Amino acid sequence: MNIVIPIKQVPETSNVKMDEETGTMKRDGVESIINPLDLYAIETGIQIKEEYGGTITVITMGPPSADKSLKEAIAMGCDDGILLSGREFAGSDTWATSYALSEAIRAIGEFDLILAGERATDGDTGQVGPGIASWLDLTLSTYTSKVVDIKDKSVIVERMVEDGYEKLQLPLPALLTVVKEISFPRLPTLRGKQRSRKVEIPQWNLSNLKMKEDFLGLNGSPTRVVNIDHPKVTRGGTVIDVRNDASIEKAVSQLIDYLKSKELV
Amino acid sequence: MDYKGVWTLGEARNGELKEVSFELLSRGRKLADKLDEELVSLILGDEITEEQAEELIKRGADKVLLLNDPALKDFIVENYSNVITDLIEKYKPEIILAAATTMGRTVMPYLAIKTKTGLTADCTDLDIEEDTGNLLQTRPAIGGNILATIKTPNHRPQMATVRPHSTKAAQKDESRSGEIVHLELDKSLLDGRVKKLGFRKNEEDAINIQDADVIAAGGKGLKKGENFAMIRELAGFFDGAVGASRDAVDRDWISYPYQVGLSGKTVTPKLYFAVGISGAIQHLAGMKTSENIIAVNEDLGADIFKVADFGIVGDLFEIIPELNKQLAEEVSK
Ligand SMILES: Cc1cc2nc3c(=O)[nH]c(=O)nc-3n(C[C@H](O)[C@H](O)[C@H](O)COP(=O)(O)OP(=O)(O)OC[C@H]3O[C@@H](n4cnc5c(N)ncnc54)[C@H](O)[C@@H]3O)c2cc1C
Ligand SMILES: Nc1ncnc2c1ncn2[C@@H]1O[C@H](COP(=O)(O)O)[C@@H](O)[C@H]1O
Repeated sequence: MNIVIPIKQVPETSNVKMDEETGTMKRDGVESIINPLDLYAIETGIQIKEEYGGTITVITMGPPSADKSLKEAIAMGCDDGILLSGREFAGSDTWATSYALSEAIRAIGEFDLILAGERATDGDTGQVGPGIASWLDLTLSTYTSKVVDIKDKSVIVERMVEDGYEKLQLPLPALLTVVKEISFPRLPTLRGKQRSRKVEIPQWNLSNLKMKEDFLGLNGSPTRVVNIDHPKVTRGGTVIDVRNDASIEKAVSQLIDYLKSKELV
Repeated sequence: MDYKGVWTLGEARNGELKEVSFELLSRGRKLADKLDEELVSLILGDEITEEQAEELIKRGADKVLLLNDPALKDFIVENYSNVITDLIEKYKPEIILAAATTMGRTVMPYLAIKTKTGLTADCTDLDIEEDTGNLLQTRPAIGGNILATIKTPNHRPQMATVRPHSTKAAQKDESRSGEIVHLELDKSLLDGRVKKLGFRKNEEDAINIQDADVIAAGGKGLKKGENFAMIRELAGFFDGAVGASRDAVDRDWISYPYQVGLSGKTVTPKLYFAVGISGAIQHLAGMKTSENIIAVNEDLGADIFKVADFGIVGDLFEIIPELNKQLAEEVSK
C-alpha cells in the first residue's frame, strides 16, 4: 500500500485570544502546527502501513518553513516528505490548491490511497480533499470514520453522515477524508525524530514540476476575497449571579420568562 | 456570459424532502428576484413524488428539474457529480446553491473542479453585488473569528454551500405555480466504481443535532456521564437534541456525533443551552451563530457568558434540576 497524505500547516489556535476592542485575533507568538484534523489522517495511514506494508509520503503546500510539519509527520512514522513551495502558489484558493497538490501527487508516481483531513482549522472549507479526488478521478469517501478492510484492490469504509454511518466499497486508488472518530493520533517517537532529522525534503515548484502556470496561485483561483469583517464575539446578554444567595428559583423563573418572551416555551 | 438562472440542489432522504431544501429556496428566491431570473430546484433521487416537486414550487421554485432513477437512490458522489456536470453544460445556470451537509460538502467541491469554477464553503450570507450582478458570498473562517466575503468574478456558474439553519425555510404559498421537468437519466453517466454496502443508523438519541431547533449541551462541568440524564431531560421538554463539548466526548460520556465545535459539528439552532461548558474558542466556533444562547456555569469569567443571551452563574447541579422542575410545571399548565 502506497499512501499519500496531504497535510497543512496552520496557526495554532487553541491559545488564541480575541481582542475585545477590535474583534481581531491576537496573533503574537502564535505557533504553526500540523492542522490538528490531519493528525487523524496520519495516524490512519500509519495503522494501514503497519498492517499491509508500504510507504507513506506526506506532502504540503506552503512556505519553506512548512517543512517542519513534514518532519513532524515523519517523526510519527511517515516515510518521505515533499514540500510544494514557491511564489507561484501564493494566493491559491481551494481550486488552485487542489490542482497543484494533484499534479505533485501525480509526479510522486504509483499510489493506492490518499488520506486527507476533513478540513483545515484556518480555511475551514473541507474542499481540498474532494478537489484532489476530482482532479485525479479517484473514488472518494468524505467524513470517513472507519477503515473496515482493504482487500481485492479496494477499501471498505464507513462514513459518517447526518443520521448514521454509510458503508462503502471503493476500488483503489481512492481518496478518503477522515474525521476524528477514525483514530487516536500517536506521539512522535525518539527514533522517529532522529530519522526525521536525516530525511531530505525535496522542494517542488514550477522550476522542477510540470504544471499549468495559469492554474496556479491567485491567477489560477476562480474566487476572490473582497472583504474581511471581524464580528464582535460579545452579545451582552443578561447574566444573573446566584452563587451567594438563595435566589435560584427566581433566576430560573426569569430564564423561563425570557424563553416565553422569545416564544421558545 | 450566457449563464442564466439560480439553481438550488434539493435533498431528500427516506422519501422525505429535507428542510434544508426549503432554506435554500428562501436564499435562492431572494437572489433570483434581485437578478430578475428564474429559480430552479434540481433534485435527484429514486422516488421523489409529483407532490414533493409541487411543494418545491409552492415554496419558491419557478421550475423543478426532477431526475428519478433507481441508480440515484443512494448518494454516490461520482454519479451525482457526472449527472450534475452534464446538466450544467446543458442548462448553464449562473448560480448553484447546495446545503453545507455531508452531501453538499462532498459533491460541490468534486463538481467545482469538473466544471472549472469557484466554490465558497459554508456561507452564512448571500447577496448580489449592485453593479456587476456578481454573487457575494459571506462565510465565517478561522474558527468563526472573521467573516470573509468572497466572489467569483470570471467563472460561471458561481457555486456556494450554505450553512443549514442559517436562514428560515421558505413557507408554502399555495397560489404559486411553476413547471416540473422530468429528466431521464443518461446511463452512460453512471460511474459504477463505488458500491454502497449498507447503512447503520445512529443509536442513542436518534435525532441529528444539526437538524434540531433546540440543543441542550453539556461539558466537563457535568463531572460524569450519568449526569447527562438531566441534560437529556432538559432537551426533552423542547423535543430537542443533546450536544456536548469535546471534553465530554473525550471522556466517553457521550459519543462523537454529538460533539459541537471546530472538530465536531456546526449547529445553528433557535435555542442552545450550554451547561458546564467554558466556551473555548473551538466550542464557540460550532455554536455561536445560534439564535438564543443560554449559559449555566459557576465561573463568572467563563467565555461562554460573552456569547450568552441569558446566563446564570452558579452550580449547575442546583440550577438544572430547578429549571427542569419549572419547565415540567409549564408543560403541565
Ligand atoms: C484543534 C482543536 C479542536 C477542538 N475542537 C473542539 C470542538 O469541536 N468542540 C469543543 O467543545 N472543543 C474543542 N476543542 C477543545 C476546547 O479547546 C476545550 O478544551 C473544550 O471545549 C472544553 O470543554 P468544556 O467546556 O466542557 O470543559 P472546560 O473548559 O473544563 O469547562 C468546564 C466548565 O464547567 C464549569 N463547571 C464546573 N463545575 C460546574 C458546576 N458544578 N456548575 C456549573 N458549572 C460548572 C467550569 O466553570 C468550566 O467553565 C478543540 C481544541 C483544539 C486544540
Ligand atoms: N496547502 C495544503 N497542503 C497540503 N494539504 C492541504 C493544503 N490545504 C489543504 N490540504 C488538505 O486538505 C484538507 C482540507 O483542507 P481545507 O479544504 O483547506 O479545509 C486538509 O485537512 C489537508 O489534508
